[in-house]
Amino acid sequence: MSSVPVSAYLALALILFCIGLYGALTKKNTVIVLISIELMLNAVNINLVTFSKYGVNPSITGQVFALFSIAVAAAEVAVGLAILISLYRNRRTVNIDEMDQLKN
Amino acid sequence: MTLTGEFFAFMSLALVAVIGGVLLLNLTKVIHMVVALVFTFVSIAGIYVLLSAEFLAVIQVMIYSGAITIMMLFGIMLTRHHGDEAEPKGGILRKLALLLGVIGFGAAVYFGIYDLNFEAVPNTLHENNTEQIGVSLFSHYIIPFELTSVILLAALVGAIVLARRDDDKEGDQE
Repeated sequence: MSSVPVSAYLALALILFCIGLYGALTKKNTVIVLISIELMLNAVNINLVTFSKYGVNPSITGQVFALFSIAVAAAEVAVGLAILISLYRNRRTVNIDEMDQLKN
Repeated sequence: MTLTGEFFAFMSLALVAVIGGVLLLNLTKVIHMVVALVFTFVSIAGIYVLLSAEFLAVIQVMIYSGAITIMMLFGIMLTRHHGDEAEPKGGILRKLALLLGVIGFGAAVYFGIYDLNFEAVPNTLHENNTEQIGVSLFSHYIIPFELTSVILLAALVGAIVLARRDDDKEGDQE
């Protein structure tokens, strides 16, 4: 059937997810943290599309779910950037360590 | 695993995607990070083509490489970044622990997937891909589709309300 095994696609998605996870946990800039979360969502989408083609029961459902996931990710970016700009206007910082208003 | 065109295409696309991700972690300027991410997104679109999801590939290029990247650039350019975020001294140990944790997570998942193989089931995903998605979307998934439109509307209104400039309070700071 295919010359590329399923585990290769899943391993690529795993590597991208790990990169995104590490970036989201270590980076200090809030924009980069949002970007890393996007990378993790993309890795999950790769998994969905892979199982949609090579899974036990191939169907179009995985691709439709990936479409929903992309739409929700776009909405999340819009709201996240709006929160970021609002915070920047109030606190003059994009450093995620200094966004601790909920702590007190 | 034979050496076919599909294999070479997968390997090169995966390589570009991973290199883009690694550059995202290692570059120092925020703009360069976003540009590195575009490589990853376009490579993922190519991966979608290999997985016979042409419609999703086009959506990926349009939404991620186009819209989301431009929005991230707006977010970067509307804020100010001081000194390219000098790394704190005490953060090395924390970063090392996080790296070990992430690598452990990756290894644990990889042990679950490394010999995964399903029996080949012939499918027709590559024929009229967009039509199949449309039929499925408007027959089985019509309620999630409508809920997605509600979510997008709520996100649009919420983003405008959050990012709107309060004229009386913030006008003197600019």
